[in-house]
Parts: sequence; structure tokens; C-alpha cells
Amino acid sequence: MRLKIIVTLSVLAGAILAWNLHRIFLQVPDEASQGAIFRIIYFHVPAAITSFTGFYIGMFSGVGYLIRKDLRLDSIAASINEVSLAFATITICTGSIWGRIIWGIWWTWDARLTSYFVCLLIYFGYFMLRRAIDDPTTRARLSAVLSIFACVDIVLVWKSIEWFRTQHPGPVLEIRGGGGMAPGMEAPLWWNFLALLMLATALVLIRTRQEGMRREIDALRRHAHAF
Amino acid sequence: MRFLRQTLAIAAKDLRSEIRGKEAVNASVSFALVILLLFSFAFDLEPAEIRDIAGGLLWLIFAFAGTLILNRSFARELVNDCLDALLASPVSGAQLFFGKCIANYVLIVIVECISLPVFVIFYNVVPQRLALLFLVMLLGTWGITVIGTMFSAMTVNLRLRELMLPTLIYPMLIPALIGAIELSRVLITGVPLAESLFWFRVLVAFNVIFTILALALVEIVLVG
Repeated sequence: MRLKIIVTLSVLAGAILAWNLHRIFLQVPDEASQGAIFRIIYFHVPAAITSFTGFYIGMFSGVGYLIRKDLRLDSIAASINEVSLAFATITICTGSIWGRIIWGIWWTWDARLTSYFVCLLIYFGYFMLRRAIDDPTTRARLSAVLSIFACVDIVLVWKSIEWFRTQHPGPVLEIRGGGGMAPGMEAPLWWNFLALLMLATALVLIRTRQEGMRREIDALRRHAHAF
Repeated sequence: MRFLRQTLAIAAKDLRSEIRGKEAVNASVSFALVILLLFSFAFDLEPAEIRDIAGGLLWLIFAFAGTLILNRSFARELVNDCLDALLASPVSGAQLFFGKCIANYVLIVIVECISLPVFVIFYNVVPQRLALLFLVMLLGTWGITVIGTMFSAMTVNLRLRELMLPTLIYPMLIPALIGAIELSRVLITGVPLAESLFWFRVLVAFNVIFTILALALVEIVLVG
């Protein structure tokens, strides 16, 4: 059943991405001031939203573990956070490429970029902590607490665009009160978001399965050592 | 009232233990002096430029030196299984945490009060509004203390805790450090404060949010 869901999600995500790539590169016109490079927004923004969504779902999964003490929830939280970290890295990389063309620099210590980088470092810390703890229940408990702390920091990241003076572009999407993107240009962005979300879900399902197997192997290993 | 009494008992115990041994404070003050020395090699600046970056330098010293105190906070309880004894005592996790927070806070403020005059003498930077700078120090230090003590509790049983603690807390502390650095810069250079008052709110919000969060979650971290 799980395999069927993974395959279905991957195929659907692939199909939407292929159709969307056709629209982005062949139908959507160049942006007036930025030229062709603006198209990177179709991956940059969906990857950012996917990573934020993932970090929050990861936190709720961690909270679920703290309430129910079910290690499967911890596996889900770890898998989601791992996939979200990958998408956050994609966001930073695509943003950096865009910055090189538009600002002429790969990186600037702008408030939002810095906050996003901080966010990445916190989640690197999350995985360092997980690797440093051998006992599965302690690992799950402390990871869940760290995840809650991290998500409070994400709120600062998310709000930083309003709080800090920044050279990062202001909100362009209609949903964030930007209204700076033509409807024909905005639609592929939301389709890409859907595709990336499906891809992320498929990856999470694969990682959760691997985590489950690892848990089983660890249990067997402990069992073998006991004799 | 009982909460406060037991919390203060934990704080007094930690402070008494530190005053007798002076392990963490001595190491922390020495480390702060070493950083002050290293900065003199790293930067060769004009007096006006030093005033501009003084806030940043000060908070780097406070954060680095503070970590040494925070690292010892729960680790000192590992000897003779004292942490297990503390957890078995009729003191809740929140009381234990808050007591340790108060003790750490006092120790870090002591280290800051020693480092600041040395910094003023070494770099010839006289803060324009000392009273307000002290208030910023108190606010920023509480942020460092709460996050640091919480993560000290989380990493106390890890093999690489000395390495893990700074790696985990510095990214977490960034909003508080940015606020404290910005306010300190303004107060040292003497430029008008009005535009930077926002950072006071950020610091207070950071402290309130993370104090509540830590008090709510510390029982899970310590006991399970």
C-alpha cells in the first residue's frame, strides 16, 4: 500500500513538474526588469514553503511523540525534518543563484537570508543531536523538544520580512498581500508547490520506512547482544 | 511561595558550590581576557571604528565566556550521580531548571561586570549611557542563560556535550544577540535611541517566549 502511494505521488509530481516546466520556459514571458532569471522563483518559493510546512509538521509529529510515546511518530518527525532540510538547502541555493544575477553577489547578510541560514544551522544541530544519542526514547524526546524550540525560531524567520529593514524583495504573492505578480505568472508557482509537496511526501514515506527498518535492526541487535 | 523557596535553594546551592570551587568563573573570566587579547590582533581600527563595533565585540565575549559557565551547569551534577539525586528529591524539573538559571545568570553577569571595565580600558571605549547598557546586558544575558541552561540540560548525558552546546545554542540565540548588539552599539556610540527601541521589544519578547517554553518543557527533558 505504502509503495503504491509512493509511486503514485512520484508519478503525479513528475507529470506536474514536466507540464509546469513547459509552461515556465515556453509560455510565461520574461519578467520586465529581471529578465529570464526571475523563473527561479518557481522553484525558490515553493521549496521555501515546502520546507517551512515540513518543519511545522515535523514539530507537530514530535509533539505527537511526546503525548503518545510512539516511536513511529519520532521516525516520521525525523524523516519530515530531513526532507525539509533538503528543501531549505534548495531554497538557499536557488536564492543565491538569483542574487548573483540580480544583486551581483552570491550572498549578503540581509535579515531574511541570515534568518534562513540560522534556521538551517538549527536543523543541522537537530540532526547532530539525534546522531549523538543512542537510546531511541531519549533521542525522540530531546529531538521533539529541540524541534519545538526550532519552530519558534522559524516564526522569527517568517516574520523577519516585516520586522527588519531588508534588501530582500518584498512579498510578491497575492496571498501575502503582495499583488506584484500577474495571475498567469503566479499559477505555475502554486502548481510547482503542489508538485514539490507531493515529492516531499513521497520522500518522507521512503525515509519513514527506512527509519522503521533501522529501528527494527537496532532492536534485533540489542536482542542479540542480550544473549 | 514554595516554588520560589525551592528554586532559590537550588540557585544558592549552585552559587555556593561555584564560590567554593571557582572553576567555571575563573575559566570564563580567563577566556574573556584571552578573547579580548585576540581581538587586538584581529582588528587594527581607528577609535571611531572601534566604538562602532564595540557592541558586537562585547556580546561575542559574553556569549563565548558564558558558554563555559553554562556547560558546567548540569555537568557538575554528574559526579556521584547528583543529578539523579536532585531529580529524585521533592524539587520539580521546573524548579531545578529555574534555580540553575538564576545561578548561571548571576555568574555570567559577574563575568560581564569584570569583562566590561577591562574592555573599556583596553580599547579606550567609554559607553555614553552606562545605566541603559547595563539594562541591555541584563536582558541579553537572561536570553543567553535560559537557552543555555535548557540546552545544557538536554546535552548533559551526551559524549560530546562540550561541542554540542555551543553548536546548538548560538544559532538559537541569534535574535537576542542581534538585538543586544544593536542596542549596545547605539548606547556606546551615543546615537539617538528612538529608532532602536524596537530591539528592546525583541529582547523582551525573546526572553519571555523562551522562558515560558523552557519551563514548560524542561520536565520532559530531565525526567521524560
